[in-house]
Amino acid sequence: MKTVTLAHGNGGAENQELISKVFYRAFKNDILNKSEDAAIIQDGSLAFTTDSFTVSPLFFNGADIGKLAVCGTCNDLAMMGAKPKYLTCSVIIEEGFEIKSLEKIVKSMKEELAKNDAIVVSGDTKVVPKGSVDKIFINTTGIGEVTQKGISSNAVSEDDVIIVSRDVGAHGATIFAAREGMDINTDLQSDCASLWPQVKALIDSGIKITALRDATRGGVSAVLNEWANQSDVCIEVQEEKVPVADEVKGICELLGFEAMSLANEGTFVLAVNKEEADKALEVLKAFENSSNASIIAEVSQAYEKRVVLHSSWGTKRFLELPTGELLPRIC
Amino acid sequence: MELELKDLYDGYRNPEVIKAYQKIINEDAKKLGKTINIMEVCGGHTHTIMKYGIPQLLPDNINFIHGPGCPVCIMPKERIDSAYILSLQEDVILVTLGDMIKVPGSKGSLQDARSKGADVRFVYSPMDCLKIAKENPTKKVIFFAIGFETTTPMTCSLLEAVVKQGIENVFFHINHVTVPEVMKELIDSRDEHVDSYNNRIDAFLGPSHVSVISGSKIYEQFPRDYKRPVVVAGFEPVDVMQSISMILKQFVEDRCELEIEYKRLVSYDGNQRAQDMMKKYFDKVMFKWRGLGNIPASGLELKEEYSKYNAKVIYKDVLPMQEIEDHKLCICGDILRGIANPPDCTVFGTACKPTKPIGSCMVSSEGACAAYYKYGNLLK
Repeated sequence: MKTVTLAHGNGGAENQELISKVFYRAFKNDILNKSEDAAIIQDGSLAFTTDSFTVSPLFFNGADIGKLAVCGTCNDLAMMGAKPKYLTCSVIIEEGFEIKSLEKIVKSMKEELAKNDAIVVSGDTKVVPKGSVDKIFINTTGIGEVTQKGISSNAVSEDDVIIVSRDVGAHGATIFAAREGMDINTDLQSDCASLWPQVKALIDSGIKITALRDATRGGVSAVLNEWANQSDVCIEVQEEKVPVADEVKGICELLGFEAMSLANEGTFVLAVNKEEADKALEVLKAFENSSNASIIAEVSQAYEKRVVLHSSWGTKRFLELPTGELLPRIC
Repeated sequence: MELELKDLYDGYRNPEVIKAYQKIINEDAKKLGKTINIMEVCGGHTHTIMKYGIPQLLPDNINFIHGPGCPVCIMPKERIDSAYILSLQEDVILVTLGDMIKVPGSKGSLQDARSKGADVRFVYSPMDCLKIAKENPTKKVIFFAIGFETTTPMTCSLLEAVVKQGIENVFFHINHVTVPEVMKELIDSRDEHVDSYNNRIDAFLGPSHVSVISGSKIYEQFPRDYKRPVVVAGFEPVDVMQSISMILKQFVEDRCELEIEYKRLVSYDGNQRAQDMMKKYFDKVMFKWRGLGNIPASGLELKEEYSKYNAKVIYKDVLPMQEIEDHKLCICGDILRGIANPPDCTVFGTACKPTKPIGSCMVSSEGACAAYYKYGNLLK
């Protein structure tokens, strides 16, 4: 690791190496080391997180960078069982950027904040010369109030099953199809959405959530690998149970990707006790955004810290952390 | 009729069909009384075989030998260095296909060149070079062309457009190779520096996409002259299982033939227009394959009349002239020759990983090492 390459931003193996060797080494403390979606502070009462957004194109089927910037941070809070409350909004804008586009982005942010019942309470604006950034970069930081304690990616056990909230890979596939130079016509939409409403419904129905994570960069396969690793378990996925939209499958075939490694912006993975699995599915299926939620995996001790993918014809293989420059710059 | 993307694979991953072929193969394998080594020539097949866990479905006396059909893996280091050097020349935009970006040469990979400021882009269609060239009239766009017969016609189309439209700023570095010559080399080694590996390959799975262009006729010589059956196979798990079954039937029934499994697109003659274009623009030349050495007439080069588009001619003063040795511990060469498997390599999975590849077979998604690393841990 001598210079930073795009592969270091992929959410997979290289990304983890960069974070652990450079940032964790310098900043290490008990809270950071937990490596959760959001840090839990103030005796477990608050969740705190930050995220920066850079995406090309800025506007795409189903969302834009503004919606992404609010969903991303609010979802990280929601994944710790926290209700998003206060956000900051900091933007770096390239000289020459159209005010009209900026207004469009801010409008999307406002709409998404309303869905989370959260507000922006502080902000910052920088403008830099042409070429210094690609159009606009947005950072949001958020604080949320923890409503269910103890959700952790270190707690997955053999008593749990794994659920995904909807079909996987839609955001990654949409961005790839929309990229300059990719001539794919598709109706595919990014899954970008605020997840707090679903998380709230799960908590309100009395379900005890073991682990919860939105499958952003690195996709579902990154989440499952992290859980298997952090909880010392084997996660055994039945491939045919993983919902994938036909168009996403098609794009994966065309470009040689795995849908489970593609990024999502409104899809989460949930570990709950087996006995509460059906109830959780029922709660999720009531939402349009998670109407095809599905139990995809069981937890065992078969292969320590590994994720195993079972095919419907009886073969199996490990599902690895995605490596390489998967999708440069998608969020 | 409108073709949807899912039509490309629907039905070809049907578990019932796969299991049915598994049963037939297992029954036929019992009748063989010996082990059959099947070489899947193409890296795409290696990928399918590993990804879908095909070896887990087969009896012990059916082996795969992984072939050299991965366009990135077979590139000798000096060609990778050429790409690296070209990308760092003034005013150059180097355009290539996906995996080339990650292969390490002796100086680094194109990814490294990019982090040093080189403008390196990957495209899915070479025709995108036209757009890049028009948008950057002051830059020289060099298309670093790689691949077998499958990707060659696209390079021809780009060249045709460049010539017809009088575009002055698109150039080519050609690294195209052809399949039949290397298959012949594998069973009929001519290179005295390389041991003959004559006796291990009993049959071939032929890459079907190559035959979509060149027809199945290119494989005719193998059953006829070398007594090796060939089945031209598609890339889905059902295709591969059916093709293995077809090969076994030939052995059981004591036949030795060229058969086509991938009938949905492959014909005997192939795509005549594509073949004509390849003849129009390219000469067949000697190509040095990684691990296999020089193979006569196995590579393509721009004909002399197109020299003004040839980056090798234009940049001859900066491109490497000498051969560059592979890393001492890397056995990509033996793997490409079908005499070793990735786990036989001492650096496999330890010093050499997809994130830090030493050899090219670990880089490309079609490479045998990458396929083993990603999918191979739970083989039988």
